[in-house]
Amino acid sequence: MNFLPNTDKDREEMLKVIGVSSVEELFGDIPPELRFKGDLKLPPALSEFELARHMEELAAKNTAQDYVSFIGAGAYDHYIPAVVGHVLGRSEFYTAYTPYQPEISQAVLQSIYEYQTMICELTGMDAANASMYDGASAAAESVTIAAGLTRRKRALVSKTVHPETRAVISTYADARDIVVEEIDYTQGVTDVESLAAKLGDDVACVVIQQPNFFGALEPVDEISAKVKQSGAAFIVSVNPMTLGLLRPPAEYGADIVVGEGQVFGSPMAFGGPYLGILAVTHKLLRRMPGRLVGMTTDDQGNRGFVLTLQTREQHIRRERATSNICSNQALNALAAVVYLSWAGKHGLREIGEQCVQKAAYLAGKISEIDGFSLAWEAPFFNEFAIKCPVDAEQVLEALLEQNILAGYPLGRAYPELKQYLLIAVTEKRTKQEMDALVAGLEGLA
Amino acid sequence: MRRPEPLIFEISKPGRKAYSLPALDVPAKSIDELLPQGELRKQPAELPEVSEVDLVRHFTRLSQLNHGVDIGFYPLGSCTMKYNPKINEYAANLPGFNRIHPYVPEDLAQGALQLMYELQYYLAEIAGMDHVSLQPAAGAHGELAGILIIRAYHRSRNDLKRTKILIPDSAHGTNPASAALAGYTVVELPTDERGGVDVEALEAAMDETVAGLMLTNPNTLGLFDENIQRIEKIVHDRGGLLYYDGANANAILGISRPGDMGFDVLHFNLHKTFGTPHGGGGPGSGPVAVKDFLEPFLPVPTVVYEDGKYRLNYDRPHTIGQMKSFYGNFLVMVKAYAYIRSLGPDGLRQASRDAVLNANYLLSRVRDYYDVPYDRYCKHEFVVAPLKIKKETGVRTLDISKRLLDYGVHPPTNYFPLIVDEALMIEPTETESKETLDYFADALIAIAKEAYEDPDKVKSAPHTTVVGRLDEAGAARNLNIRWRKPE
Repeated sequence: MNFLPNTDKDREEMLKVIGVSSVEELFGDIPPELRFKGDLKLPPALSEFELARHMEELAAKNTAQDYVSFIGAGAYDHYIPAVVGHVLGRSEFYTAYTPYQPEISQAVLQSIYEYQTMICELTGMDAANASMYDGASAAAESVTIAAGLTRRKRALVSKTVHPETRAVISTYADARDIVVEEIDYTQGVTDVESLAAKLGDDVACVVIQQPNFFGALEPVDEISAKVKQSGAAFIVSVNPMTLGLLRPPAEYGADIVVGEGQVFGSPMAFGGPYLGILAVTHKLLRRMPGRLVGMTTDDQGNRGFVLTLQTREQHIRRERATSNICSNQALNALAAVVYLSWAGKHGLREIGEQCVQKAAYLAGKISEIDGFSLAWEAPFFNEFAIKCPVDAEQVLEALLEQNILAGYPLGRAYPELKQYLLIAVTEKRTKQEMDALVAGLEGLA
Repeated sequence: MRRPEPLIFEISKPGRKAYSLPALDVPAKSIDELLPQGELRKQPAELPEVSEVDLVRHFTRLSQLNHGVDIGFYPLGSCTMKYNPKINEYAANLPGFNRIHPYVPEDLAQGALQLMYELQYYLAEIAGMDHVSLQPAAGAHGELAGILIIRAYHRSRNDLKRTKILIPDSAHGTNPASAALAGYTVVELPTDERGGVDVEALEAAMDETVAGLMLTNPNTLGLFDENIQRIEKIVHDRGGLLYYDGANANAILGISRPGDMGFDVLHFNLHKTFGTPHGGGGPGSGPVAVKDFLEPFLPVPTVVYEDGKYRLNYDRPHTIGQMKSFYGNFLVMVKAYAYIRSLGPDGLRQASRDAVLNANYLLSRVRDYYDVPYDRYCKHEFVVAPLKIKKETGVRTLDISKRLLDYGVHPPTNYFPLIVDEALMIEPTETESKETLDYFADALIAIAKEAYEDPDKVKSAPHTTVVGRLDEAGAARNLNIRWRKPE
């Protein structure tokens, strides 16, 4: 199957207009020894029906789709309302590209403006960009912003920040010769004393996550106070789903807020595409990477939207740009706008409350099981760690028999936490499902 | 002219809602018991309150203000706006791909891992390279990964004096930005009179302080660099590596392979060459491919096949690290995989042949009306410029682009590449029919004539869009990047 409209007759006519006798002549500038001879070793073409069947078969091999999942750890199984798929399926949105021609791109531009507004509302920050690749790369770029702002070369990152976010920060920081140091944790949250000991006037930024990777709420006011004293930038990575209920990071002094926006209408999809949220204070606006949409007027005074402050960007500024980022995650940002319009002012809070209530219920039940306990006492939102009587990998393995994915074994990223399992719930998890998990764990006690 | 659409916030009304949730099925506690009072938000975020029908109408009406490939011709140069097959959307929406968490046990995600493994192989085969990582999320992200691989390679050999990257002046802006992000100084190479890299300038610039050369081939002028073998020898003889920017790979599928040209590392844009939709600016996907000797430095993870099972491999001690969370933009990979399976080896080659035929046909149709800065057969795209028109009528590339909107087509990339004054960079792709190309050529020719007969009509275009020319300078000066609730 191919998608070529031209017939052989069309091709002949076109060759005649060009003035060549064969398409081959058009490739005459490629040195003959660089011409690929023979056939690419790829499977032969499939018809649409064959392809559909093949893709269905591959998808069916992902048997995880049939399990009840309590895995969170940075990607969450929230309900995605039908309106999200409906709007994203409008091909005016998904078959467009970057809105370089604003007169025929008002849909993409206005939806990004709406997205920017919603992110500012949720985070309390002054400016949000049109999105980054994901939460981790947004965090990595924010460290670069901070290093540029402070002209300092050390970045402190809490060990309670998502391990993959820390990995991506390291990749980006290494390229810029920024030294990344990790801050220990105590009782499931950032050790403020360890942070204070590492702070100094050479520290560009401090990165924490709220709620942190263990699901626990960090002592953000204490941390913020220490960071501010040192003159470093305070970077907070949030789960934005919590912001219907929890206070915005601007209230506790965040200079840059990043986050994984997958929770707003993007499926878990084996890890992507997701949505990188990035929002800053007014002071950092012109250091922000990526696209930004502004409101303006046309020649007759009508309201319209355009890409703005483009002189920060690579297509204008080239090697002096704030980042190399070009395409963003516009369709995921659109999913977030539609999701947040659906949930609205009250729905987001109610979804958050359900997550908190259900997580508390499940945590209470698990802590009653002999041999199981909550890992730490810190308050949590929709995710918490438990200590198991055995290696958490064994717990995960054992529960598979009951079609339950019990959680994320923390030993994978924290060798000292082999007996700890990270459990997440969303509004989708029912009491019955949670009770089944509890029963399964009881069987292991 | 269509009416503009209000902001979603402007149609909000207290008490309306679109969401519904099941009743809480666990014993409810007071939130104050569960979370510290001080952590709670005092004011709700000012999100809209709308009914579902308001929501659907808002976004549907909004969508009607946009151009897309499904609406009409979109010849945006170097962006490869080809048709996005619908079966690929169907595949990516299958629950088996959509609903799986990235941390599920590998045994329960064998279909996803198999797809990634096969796609790694397909891309390596098409590129003439040995190994692929699917991690990068976009073209620029792939470039950064590739340049970091080059950096890691030189460092592994304790060759620390290579601080520069050479980049032709015709390159995409992402190239110098990526090199700079990786800590390199960018040295720009001029273009010769045939539109290729100025080999003498390369000779002069290429020394032991240069880490490598980033090249797009065919380049942004749509021209295949005839001196690629000489270029390759100069760079490699002096210890540099060759980076291939795959943004323009749509011209070479099954016809010529970057690996065979001597490139050491490349990225592909799945959203350009392999037919996945551009999403209004993303998500894309920018896999990076390397020759054997660079394999130790690839981003983690990659997918391997061992003992009858597919699994993720993080065991690469010299890796540049991770570029993003998890494994890349998986659903984009699903669509690209489906695309390659649809076309097969013959279909891919035919796609490139038709892309090149379409571009040359369009060039032939308009060449008498516009200046052609490099007069050669092009590959998948070409650049023309209205230099004579501008001189004689004052009508510029921007005006012609805006006037094309009135003809219902998306304008070409304009004012790029930077080395061509008043550039119009046109990439028709293979999925456009002769009729579409003729319509576009006729429109360009008609506008060329209008420039002489009624220049004001062109200069004041567009006349039929929902908004006219927008005040971009004003947008930057009086910055309004978020809505605020009126006091």
